[in-house]
Amino acid sequence: MMNFDYVRPANVADAVAAASEKGAAYLASGTNLLELMKGGVSRPSRLVDVTRLPGLDRIERLDDGSLRIGALVRNADLAHDAEFARSYPVVAEALLSGASAQLRNAATVGGNLMQRTRCAYFYDAASACNKRWPGAGCDALKGENRLHAVLGWSEGCIATHPSDFCVPLVALDAVVEIEGKGGRRELPLEALHRLPGETPDRETALEPSDLIVALRLPAAAQSFAAHGRYIKVRERTSYAFAVVSAAAHLRIENGNIREARLALGGVAAKPWRARAAEQLLAGTTPDVVQYREAARAALADAKPSGDNAFKIELAQRIVVRALTLATAGTPARTPALPGSPFSSVAGA
Amino acid sequence: MNHSISLTINGVPREVALDDPRVTLLDLLRERLDLTGTKKGCDRGQCGACTILVDGRRINSCLALAVSHDGCEITTIEGVAHGEQLHPVQAAFIAHDGFQCGFCTPGQIMSTIGLIQEGQAGDDPERVRECMSGNLCRCGAYAGITEAVLEAQANMTATKQRRSA
Repeated sequence: MMNFDYVRPANVADAVAAASEKGAAYLASGTNLLELMKGGVSRPSRLVDVTRLPGLDRIERLDDGSLRIGALVRNADLAHDAEFARSYPVVAEALLSGASAQLRNAATVGGNLMQRTRCAYFYDAASACNKRWPGAGCDALKGENRLHAVLGWSEGCIATHPSDFCVPLVALDAVVEIEGKGGRRELPLEALHRLPGETPDRETALEPSDLIVALRLPAAAQSFAAHGRYIKVRERTSYAFAVVSAAAHLRIENGNIREARLALGGVAAKPWRARAAEQLLAGTTPDVVQYREAARAALADAKPSGDNAFKIELAQRIVVRALTLATAGTPARTPALPGSPFSSVAGA
Repeated sequence: MNHSISLTINGVPREVALDDPRVTLLDLLRERLDLTGTKKGCDRGQCGACTILVDGRRINSCLALAVSHDGCEITTIEGVAHGEQLHPVQAAFIAHDGFQCGFCTPGQIMSTIGLIQEGQAGDDPERVRECMSGNLCRCGAYAGITEAVLEAQANMTATKQRRSA
């Protein structure tokens, strides 16, 4: 690990000032950043420790009915917050399907949004990677790429965004509050992560000194609480990143789908909102034939980036499964194996 | 640059002078404070051998910078027994053969103590396995580990109820 200068500012304004120096990076719990630094992938010359910044660890209901979640709230605390889990059960299930209990106890909301891809070529300093070294090429293109992107990728980069949390969030129109050199601003979560194009090294819409201070879920997002599921296929049942995942939300009134929200994980460099599928579902009656149609629409633009054509079919099946389970109703309690399509309990 | 931090480790307040901000809690415990019960397996948060409690919560000490934990209360495997009297989780691991080689065991035990404290798993073995998935055991003693977690939790709950009765 390259040495760095460590600073712990007392407030957000001082943090932004401290992070404005070239080479600086924010440190929250560090569960991803420290791994990247140990491998020489990230080499910040200064770490700005934001873990003690006051006021960023609260979950609060605002007057307009939206829920504001401070960027320093730990993943486990958010998932187990009773009001949060009741209002946004799919987000809670997605959180609990990610990482391990130890990591969820440490990892923060802001850090989850800012985590980097788990593409092995990005982590291996001996491999060519346009993300790590712009212009170097992409060894994943001709390498072990069965887990790589099938949507929104470019010849420059086929990595995926690894977050589970972000998948239902993007479906629910979550908003990110950012403090930067120009003051406070906000951004739809959907606009935070960028597709690789010619510049896979630019992963988000943020400037280096921009600090995520909170995440907001709009009041309307609660209207999907009764019919939602997050379903995630992994290479083992627990503690693994998604091969593909889907967050399905339905607002069912009088037996009709009034509104649907659908997003996919593990398929692209960003959490993938499937708006065409949502539009197909709106106004229909819940029906598996319709769900297959929606799944085809969600993956219509997909193409393999390597040995991963299977993900296109798998993603469609997971969409159908998530929609079917959402129709049956959100479980009263998060299932024993969160997000898993497998369970020892029938029907779970 | 020097960073001085205060930690309470297994109940004992310690002042630690850090000459390097790169030191993780794991390396601080093992290499500088002679607390080698906490193990370094993968050093990247994938195996759980380094699990400790920070302010009562289980975390991977390999992915935590010591300098960022000024003022925290740390509990390691060295701090869970009372003299010769084992912690109920330690006793349950022995009773159920929850280990073979023993390398992952300090992490498994600290993780179990954290899990019981969190109170999310109840007596459902599937929830226990899910909540312990951050601790790998290369010997494959998982069946015994799950039984040990369930028994320790039952014993600790019973003791607590007796005390409050």
